[in-house]
Amino acid sequence: MKPISLKALVGAGALALALGQPAMAQNTIKIGSVLSVTGPASFLGEPEEKTLKMYVDKVNAEGGVNGKKLELIVYDDGGDANKARTFATRLVEDDKVVAMVGGSITGTSMAMIPVFEEAKIPFISLGGAIEIVEPVRKFVYKTPHTDRMACLKIFEDMRARKITKIGIISSTDGFGKSMREQCLKAAKEGGVEFIADETHGPGDADMTPQLTRIKNTPGIQALIHTGFGRHGAVVTRNVRQVGLTIPFYQNHGVASKSYIELSGEAANGVRLPAAALLVAEKLPDNDPQKPVVLAYKQHYEKTTGQPVSTFGGHAYDGFFILVEAMKRAKSTDPVKINEEIEKTKGFIGTGGIVNMSPTDHLGLDLSAFKMLEIKNGDWKLVQAGS
Amino acid sequence: MRSFSSSRLATLLILAAAIAALPLIFPSGYYFRVAALVWISALAAIGLNVLMGQAGQVSLGHAGFFGIGAYAVAIGPTHLGIPPWASLLLGAVLAGGLAYLVGRPVLRLRGHYLAIATLGLGVLVSIVLTNESRWTGGPDGMPVPRLILFGWRVSGAETWYWVTGGALLVGTWIALNLTDTPTGRALRALHDSEVAARVAGVDVARYKLAAFVIAAVYASLAGSLLALMNGFITPDQAGFLHSVEFVTMVVVGGLGSVAGAIVGAVVLVTLPQLLTAFQDYQHLMLGLLIMLFMIFLREGIVPSLRALWRLRAAGAAA
Repeated sequence: MKPISLKALVGAGALALALGQPAMAQNTIKIGSVLSVTGPASFLGEPEEKTLKMYVDKVNAEGGVNGKKLELIVYDDGGDANKARTFATRLVEDDKVVAMVGGSITGTSMAMIPVFEEAKIPFISLGGAIEIVEPVRKFVYKTPHTDRMACLKIFEDMRARKITKIGIISSTDGFGKSMREQCLKAAKEGGVEFIADETHGPGDADMTPQLTRIKNTPGIQALIHTGFGRHGAVVTRNVRQVGLTIPFYQNHGVASKSYIELSGEAANGVRLPAAALLVAEKLPDNDPQKPVVLAYKQHYEKTTGQPVSTFGGHAYDGFFILVEAMKRAKSTDPVKINEEIEKTKGFIGTGGIVNMSPTDHLGLDLSAFKMLEIKNGDWKLVQAGS
Repeated sequence: MRSFSSSRLATLLILAAAIAALPLIFPSGYYFRVAALVWISALAAIGLNVLMGQAGQVSLGHAGFFGIGAYAVAIGPTHLGIPPWASLLLGAVLAGGLAYLVGRPVLRLRGHYLAIATLGLGVLVSIVLTNESRWTGGPDGMPVPRLILFGWRVSGAETWYWVTGGALLVGTWIALNLTDTPTGRALRALHDSEVAARVAGVDVARYKLAAFVIAAVYASLAGSLLALMNGFITPDQAGFLHSVEFVTMVVVGGLGSVAGAIVGAVVLVTLPQLLTAFQDYQHLMLGLLIMLFMIFLREGIVPSLRALWRLRAAGAAA
């Protein structure tokens, strides 16, 4: 008699696991997600993952959807589009999910689109760029605002302040570059004209030369910065250092408390478009978004112990658009769920009020953005025309 | 000599048998995709192994050549109207040409100059791919048109499994044969001792250059295959981390062994997929496993196991 080898034991264990799984899967609805939880985009993926897990637990505790519990399967792509694509295939063919909420950035989302389109499974992306939903693909949606909307919101505010000749300084990273292009394209529609156009590298520690050139541009009335992260604060400080006194607009990519802290005094008077989530407490009581964003903010901060970010909010919106569509569809058939997602009307999320249609798979309009001004280290809602 | 060539034939036969038999145990298309990724990475690793294992030079910018191949099949059909298969060949020529231009002056020097030069080259390629967004789509990448051969639209994980498997088989066969040619012998000679090789009349610089160009062409072809299979490509594929991944494949699998390069690719592509069960500790586990491999199988997986096997066989005979 030979003793059972370790190898055989492990093999038997694996087999048992493999056989045990399908039996359990019968009573759950599988939702997939591929997020950039680690890597350069982890500041997006991490709050997104936490949000999804948090609310899957909450929905399950309240009895699930259509009497079935939800099962969330999350894979981390580390920001790598190739890995994202592999995990997407795995979700579809191996895990057999009925829908997908995820794709933290544009690159990974674009790489995964063909997988879900071919499998006819709804895919709600959390990536920023407009190319995810334009042209409209039958099974692909997204929840975050687009760069173009941020530009138009800024232009709207400029029109109210009678500003027409403006300058832009943009970071050369993906986000900064893409928003610069969208702003330049939307200039005509927004009724403004760009007369200065400067760039800076994502790692630069000093932008005063570019800003001095902008300051010396005759007739300039306002300045926009595009790009996210630490250098948003560097630009803000430099703007004050070179003595620029024209209105200065930041973008939604810097919309965090740490931006205000890093910029210090220099942040006073800076305006930026952002989701209502940032000013949850300050929204007027008749704002329909107020209860939603307040509830999300409190739940997130209580569960994770960290300050809320708009990025986790995108995941919240995607998840509940899906949950409500599943409730309406009364089915776990991906195609039927997809039909209901497309019919989403008046959904109140953290990013705005969503009205999907066969020609619009984003469903947000400019009212989704609030114009904020920084005053004494905090956000303040700007009333139109002030 | 005969044992050499028979072991080489064995490598090829085992590989062919593995490619043919694996689909029998694959439960879903996802496995075909992971296997196809393994074959593609293995192709690039085999090429790099010619340079590292045989010629004894390190390339830290190999993903640059991979990226050139990948973007060739993306940019060629999209912007220039060149059919995908021709773009694939064009990419290989471009990568080989670039390797020749860079390698020619650098490989005349001894030491780590090639490593530094390739490091710079890889970074340059990835910067160009990121910044020339009109051509490459910038950091968000660009879609790649489907490969159409004689009216046959090549798509689906299973199809690509066979296409990449076939490519790997051909690539392996060429690399194995190379070992037995005068070039292969010259390469091994200069790996063991550059001075001795030079004294024996080997044109050291020329053979190093040949190895570098071969490695670049392999990487470019692998890059093209990946881009065509995915239908989408981002500049990460040409990034420094991907270069390091290729070097790790060759080292973990076993320097100088063609089978080792393939095994290295198997380990580095499949481990992250297996380790998803560990969630937050996934990267920790990956690093730990690679460290353990390097501590206990110092020569690399394949050469270490082969030595162990021989030791056992000798023990049994005695």
